[in-house]
Amino acid sequence: MEWILQPWPWYIAGPLIGLMVPALLLLSGKTFGVSTSFQHLGAICTPKSNLPYLKNFDRRDNNWQLVFVAGIVLGAFVGSHYLSINPVSFLPDNYYTLSGMVRLALGGLLVGFGVRYAGGCTSGHTIMGLSNLQWSSLVASISFFAGGLLLTHVLQF
Amino acid sequence: MKQLFVLLIGAFFGIVLVKSEVVSWFRIQKMFLFEEAHMYLIIASAIAVGALAVYVIKRFQLKTVFNEEVMITAKPFQKGVIIGGLLFGVGWAITGACPGPIYAQIGSGEYIALITFAGALVGMYLYAFLQPNLPH
Repeated sequence: MEWILQPWPWYIAGPLIGLMVPALLLLSGKTFGVSTSFQHLGAICTPKSNLPYLKNFDRRDNNWQLVFVAGIVLGAFVGSHYLSINPVSFLPDNYYTLSGMVRLALGGLLVGFGVRYAGGCTSGHTIMGLSNLQWSSLVASISFFAGGLLLTHVLQF
Repeated sequence: MKQLFVLLIGAFFGIVLVKSEVVSWFRIQKMFLFEEAHMYLIIASAIAVGALAVYVIKRFQLKTVFNEEVMITAKPFQKGVIIGGLLFGVGWAITGACPGPIYAQIGSGEYIALITFAGALVGMYLYAFLQPNLPH
């Protein structure tokens, strides 16, 4: 069981992530995705908003999204505190500075705006959408990747 | 009952995200620099398993455990898929986190990811404001 405490190899992790798709479909009837939770939180935080994007959001139908992301937070806690030998660092130390925080805030803004404009993220488009052979998800996934390459190789922000 | 399943599946997803280090900025960086195959292999094998599962569910018209019809939400194309997708990709490379991993980073104890999360909510509001005027 020693291997559980080590970082999991791709051939364990990848198929397990793929299993999210049938697990959600067959056990809850839901389509795998994460980023709708942002919209849901917006609809909750500003319930009287007149913006159609928040006003027309069906909270009851999407309640499971909040339960799902709460599960992610919980599982991540268990994974790093009980299934790892030492807590693993996921962000570089220089993000714990003022300029680092500004970068995270700006990056987060781009993530939130981008995924909502694109109608899905790496979960909803790249894993779920491609599994369901949606060509818009292929375009989305290529765009995600192009944006990442643009930052890493050209903008180098 | 359904919500309990969702919570457990979410928790399982959170564990896998952390243990595979998909939530690591360093892994994302190595992916975009083409230094490591880890992320590519995870994404490819996840899609392979997911696609096989969707095929089987459709082919045999499987029902949910509550004996309901399985409905898969379609992803219609609009211009935002490209423009929003590019912007998201830039943010992904900066923060080392897409939406699932933002939650997972927070849960794992990288509390500075709360700033990423707050930024993402601001970004969502920005989209909500601009939506009527954006090309779709």
